[in-house]
Amino acid sequence: MTRSVGPTSEPQAEDATAQKDVAPAVAKGTGTGDVRGLFTRNLRTSGIYIAFVVIVLLFAFLTDGRLLSPGNVTSIVLQYSYILILAIGMVIVIIAGHIDLSVGSVVAITGAVSAVLVIKQGMPWWVGVLAALVVGLLIGAWQGFWVAYVGIPAFIVTLAGMLLFRGLTLQVLNNVSLSPFPSEYGRIASGFSNGLLGGAGFDLFTVLVFAAAVVAYAYGQFRTRLTRQKYKQSVESFPLFIAKIVAVALVVMAFAWQLATSRGLPYVLVIVAVLIMVYGVVTKRTVFGRQVYAIGGNLAAATLSGVKVKAVNFWIFVNMGFLSAIAGIVYSSRSNGAQPSAGQMFELDAIAAAFIGGAAVTGGVGTVVGAMVGGLIMAVMTNGMTIIGVDQSLQSVVKGLVLLLAVAFDVYNKRRAGSGR
Amino acid sequence: MADHILEMRSITKTFPGVKALSDVTLSVERGEVHAICGENGAGKSTLMKVLSGVYPAGDYEGEILFDGQVVSFGGIRDSEHAGIVIIHQELALVPYLSIAENIFLGSEKRGRFGLIDWNLANAQAADLLRQVGLAENPTTPVGQLGVGKQQLVEIAKALSKDVKLLILDEPTAALNDTDSAHLLGLIRGLKTQGMTSIIISHKLNEIDAIADHTTIIRDGQSVETLDMADESVTVDRIIRGMVGRTLDSYYPERESHPGEEVLRVEDWTVQHPTQDRLVVDHASFDVRAGEVVGIAGLMGAGRTELAMSIFGRSYGTYVEGRIFLHGKETRARSVAEAIDAGIAYATEDRKKYGLNLIDDISRNVSAAALGKLSSRGFVDANEEAREAEDARRSMNIKAPTVKSIVGKLSGGNQQKVVLSKWLLTDPDVLILDEPTRGIDVGAKYEIYTIINKLVAAGKAVVVISSELPELLGICDRVYTLSAGRITGQVPVADATQERLMTLMTQEKELVG
Repeated sequence: MTRSVGPTSEPQAEDATAQKDVAPAVAKGTGTGDVRGLFTRNLRTSGIYIAFVVIVLLFAFLTDGRLLSPGNVTSIVLQYSYILILAIGMVIVIIAGHIDLSVGSVVAITGAVSAVLVIKQGMPWWVGVLAALVVGLLIGAWQGFWVAYVGIPAFIVTLAGMLLFRGLTLQVLNNVSLSPFPSEYGRIASGFSNGLLGGAGFDLFTVLVFAAAVVAYAYGQFRTRLTRQKYKQSVESFPLFIAKIVAVALVVMAFAWQLATSRGLPYVLVIVAVLIMVYGVVTKRTVFGRQVYAIGGNLAAATLSGVKVKAVNFWIFVNMGFLSAIAGIVYSSRSNGAQPSAGQMFELDAIAAAFIGGAAVTGGVGTVVGAMVGGLIMAVMTNGMTIIGVDQSLQSVVKGLVLLLAVAFDVYNKRRAGSGR
Repeated sequence: MADHILEMRSITKTFPGVKALSDVTLSVERGEVHAICGENGAGKSTLMKVLSGVYPAGDYEGEILFDGQVVSFGGIRDSEHAGIVIIHQELALVPYLSIAENIFLGSEKRGRFGLIDWNLANAQAADLLRQVGLAENPTTPVGQLGVGKQQLVEIAKALSKDVKLLILDEPTAALNDTDSAHLLGLIRGLKTQGMTSIIISHKLNEIDAIADHTTIIRDGQSVETLDMADESVTVDRIIRGMVGRTLDSYYPERESHPGEEVLRVEDWTVQHPTQDRLVVDHASFDVRAGEVVGIAGLMGAGRTELAMSIFGRSYGTYVEGRIFLHGKETRARSVAEAIDAGIAYATEDRKKYGLNLIDDISRNVSAAALGKLSSRGFVDANEEAREAEDARRSMNIKAPTVKSIVGKLSGGNQQKVVLSKWLLTDPDVLILDEPTRGIDVGAKYEIYTIINKLVAAGKAVVVISSELPELLGICDRVYTLSAGRITGQVPVADATQERLMTLMTQEKELVG
């Protein structure tokens, strides 16, 4: 076993309770101890996965399995993709201790600009896409400038942005909806890769893509495990490691099967998956990601460690603008046009996803994957309640309570762990 | 038999693991100005917190007699009700409220229907302002006043509460000479009207001028009470009482071989970020390779401000001065540039400014050296873990793994994480601000050993400390700082606690 113990191994009084019950179990390498360790160590992060599974099972039961039917799984992906894209940017904003209330309006204006160019001016679809991205980046730079270099709280800057960009959307669209997009543009959000390799009653290509992803995931995990062992860091026991990979593989392949027996692999899912992978790496492995966490965790300490706080804050908002533009493209593509009221309340869904996914209100904590699960919890709940026929008003009440409980759970956990000082 | 307004008998206050006050006795006569002196951390503030009920009755041992009655305060409201008002060093005024609103905050003058009668309040405030000699309109927002005038507003506020015993904690620390003189005059004036005051101050000349008695606190014990009317009681006499702290720590042996000059600071002058006064005033000093240089100064002398302004101008407004590293002038204007230039600064407040408490050891250790641990913007997580693991072993950080959360470590181990973080930037000069504050004796010894290893490896180390024995125990030379000015430089062989304290309390620069 490669776990290393402190030379005299006398944990200080205050950390004894927190680590003692975890560490020895790891040392023995017993499976049960490992599982317990995994849960106690990562209660706030593992709690979210457990909650997700429970909610999926609950609604699968309540909808007589309709929730998990191939067609419905596909439509959940299509319906909530833009919220997930926004949540990726939002969780980074929140980790750094800010908030962004303007993303809904930015979704609207980027979609509107694209629609004006493609539908009104008759330009090719990719001109619309590029223009939307440029507008998103400029808006991000504008908001980043006020937050980072002028020092105005993000709450105010983005509240102003919410009004500003909604107003400009109305201006750009002359107060009327534009539609429809040419079919190429529509395929961004509603297109599928289907029938490429055939398959009897299912799309073989979809299954193969997911299978390849699972293999890559397993290989990557194994490589990480080996290097961690080489550097004498702690790793979970081998049976648990295998169990984890098998569980992930089963869930992913079940999901793939549902897609494959429906309409195949949605393009938008590929976009979301690529973004999740890229931003997972950005937050976990890059200097920029580290500095985001450092700023949110202790601004003064980050400043005194040489972090260029202003530049980091600026780029966080530029990035949020970029991702809002992607969401704007996907949304306009899905709704096959641009409406003056597009994207309203999206900011709240994205913020809720980040917080349900374990981001801390005080900053410094949160993960992209957590935000994705948080977003999916909202998605499954909304979708499930709609299938059962729960009234819109009641749905809103339930979602509000879930958000409140999720953050309350986080606050309670932090107090119990004693790291909230 | 003197008439005592206040008697504190055998006060003992313990914090987990530390005895902050032990058997302290304080007797204050009615109508006198009573000074309390002691080094930083001697227990003066703790004693005043016991008196004013911040530490409620039952939280300490001993007895407090006020006006002949045994009192037990449950909080500040109780002590204020009894007539004890404390004015803290950091003023507790709301800048956006007017003078009158501040004076009556929490004790608003109610008129009919329970509404505040502002005419009455403003009139009474004007009376109080006359008493303290402040010619300002009661409706002026406090934020528009200078610190000196704000101090007077605090005193006016105290007077509005029917105060019998006024406690002033370092009242003149942030004031210029004119304002200080005015304030001391006011305290004298209040005394002739029968007011009793306790004044805590590091400015011994002021104490000599104004106090009737001086009680000296050292290491949580009341050492003696001096009668200032006695001719033989001089500033030197007070200093002798204040120092002579017992050697409660031991210092590892070190052979000193100072080499080339590494850091030289010339005429470094820095202004307070918001107030119009110099916090560091033409300070010059130098450090050699393999040398530990101490900076001694009392609270408010500008030690941390000096260090932080050198560290990439992270404090205050630069006025003038030059910094040389290895003989070459450096113009580091940001923390990142200072780190690149080879300067490291380990803060005195590790929880607030030094560590990301919610993150783990490894990411705290790497926080200032990510440039070194990354290529093309990607952090080499394995290299990072290896460096952190190295630091954990070599520094003897007591935690099971480098993934342990820093907020859960003890103070000594947290300090080792801070040191590891700065060592990883591979600096030429390390400025350590109170490196052993709040950590136990064993961990202190370990920190000293680490410092010795650093200088043996040719680093230049600057140690800022409130503990004179510590500076004498680990330094080669000690500079003294008073009111932002370097008032002396003493080789440790010639240094005594008395000599340092004399220089530390000196107001004007000595020539030579």
